[in-house]
Amino acid sequence: MKKILGPIALMVLLMSFQTAPKKAAQVTKPAVKSVVTTANPAASIERGKAVYLSQCLSCHQVDGGGVPHLNAPLDGATAVVGKDKAKIISIVLKGMTDRVEIDGEFYSNNMAPHKELTDQQIADVLTYVRNSWTNKASAVTPAEVKAVRAKIK
Amino acid sequence: MKKSFSVLSLALLALGFSAFTPGNKPVKNIAVNTAGAVVPDPDNAGLKLPAGFGALKVAEGLGKTRHIVVNAQGDVYAKIMGKVAEGKGILKLHDANGDGKSDETTGMGNYGGTGITIKNGYLYASSDEEVFRYKISEKGDVIDPSKAEKIITGLKKGNQHETKSITLDNAGNIYVNIGAYSNSCQELDRKPGSMGRMPCPILDSAGGIWQFKADKLNQSYGEGVRYATGLRNVVGLDWNTQLDQLFVMMHGRDDLHNLFPDLYTEKDNAELPAETMFALKKGDNAGWPYTYYDPAQHKKMVAPEYGGDGKKEGSKEYIDPIMAFPAHMAPNGLLFYTGNQFPARYKNGAFIAFHGSWNRAPLPQEGYYVVFVPFENGKPTGKWEVFANGFSGMETGVTPRSAQHRPCGLAQGPDGSLYVSDDSKGSIYRIIYNGK
Repeated sequence: MKKILGPIALMVLLMSFQTAPKKAAQVTKPAVKSVVTTANPAASIERGKAVYLSQCLSCHQVDGGGVPHLNAPLDGATAVVGKDKAKIISIVLKGMTDRVEIDGEFYSNNMAPHKELTDQQIADVLTYVRNSWTNKASAVTPAEVKAVRAKIK
Repeated sequence: MKKSFSVLSLALLALGFSAFTPGNKPVKNIAVNTAGAVVPDPDNAGLKLPAGFGALKVAEGLGKTRHIVVNAQGDVYAKIMGKVAEGKGILKLHDANGDGKSDETTGMGNYGGTGITIKNGYLYASSDEEVFRYKISEKGDVIDPSKAEKIITGLKKGNQHETKSITLDNAGNIYVNIGAYSNSCQELDRKPGSMGRMPCPILDSAGGIWQFKADKLNQSYGEGVRYATGLRNVVGLDWNTQLDQLFVMMHGRDDLHNLFPDLYTEKDNAELPAETMFALKKGDNAGWPYTYYDPAQHKKMVAPEYGGDGKKEGSKEYIDPIMAFPAHMAPNGLLFYTGNQFPARYKNGAFIAFHGSWNRAPLPQEGYYVVFVPFENGKPTGKWEVFANGFSGMETGVTPRSAQHRPCGLAQGPDGSLYVSDDSKGSIYRIIYNGK
């Protein structure tokens, strides 16, 4: 078993080594291109990153991977990159106290509401999250956040 | 940084690999298994250990293996957390040919959970709300897995800290951790600025250790005793048979800066409070949620939810920890070593499995290793050392998701080997001493 594992691990590592630099380049360029719905998506992503660092990173982590069993992952999560933007906007505004199942794993840590963030900040951070790591999805606009916020109130 | 690490690990792997290439024959001096001999894996199962120690993987890919226990004939019982398939709540690993590797995995129990231990002819295991026991044979086999005796039931289980760790004393009592279903007992959990509830209502049924009879059926709060309170969440705990006392590792609170940004910096958030070891006596109060322990000031401080500001010292009515460790490392396993295989300095000292942190940003995450705490005359010397490292498989930049393995449970084998479980990929490690 060990003998087989050795070469496989070696191959996997070799592959990851070769693709790593390419991958890093991909994250910035095409991701920005694919976002065409806001006036200046690159600026929105940049601003969103700052919001992420101060508001989200401590739980959802620098790699968007969350914490197994506690904090939901954002990278590769269908709900995050899905079409139903209202749902994720609402989670940011209202927080989350439910135990949720994502890909067979339960996440149960409480998330505080973030309704003190402006429509622009929420749009920015969600646009950032939807276009970071392996995620690639359309931008979220302040108008979309405003509409959801109005319904919550 | 990532690149240089890849290159380094590539080189290491290539080395390890090349050791096996010539005709697929292991190089000398990497021990070859003959029947009945337990030898370390050529790479020590990926672990870095003190000189003279080696490690092998007993099994891998088992799922969320939480706490573990080894029976009299060396079989490992592992408790699986979360959703489990029918009859797979507890896995038993049997090594048929004596090479230390599991040859046969069997399962029992339909409930997920964390706690498992063996005492006085019974295997005890917990779900997140109950504790069961099963009679075992002299060899240590569960005689009839279908005959589970439910000894404890109806324990509080919230959305966090819901696992129930267990240990037994020598007087027929079992101790169960009931974690607080809250970070710091705020009016709104983890809501910035939200103040603490006074008194914290959670403490009547959680946030402490409860004592029950080890042999009485269907006990709940009415039959149990709140043995110690003010403990936010304990996962690693052990009855120290030498001192005849309960020792626990508490997971300290989170989010001092996130919740009170005017009082605490991001660095405070990462470095406060300590993860703490307590030696408990009946009736002790460890102070949660009213205080937390500051490892730099060596003091209990009033929590900001209860009027603290990082400077106000906490009440003397709460006990002090006997040991403090860096914040957020998540101690999930505690074991007092009583074996004779390891060198004498390890005897009666404590091993602690630190699951690894997630909330030390912007500092690097910490933990993901097993530490050793030397004890002298029944007290920790105050020093601790990393004993087994390398579980995460990463030199830098580890995150909970990227860590390959996360140490969780600890157990001692009949020959004095130390077993460590990994609840990320389901590996069971066995650490042996082969020095002089």
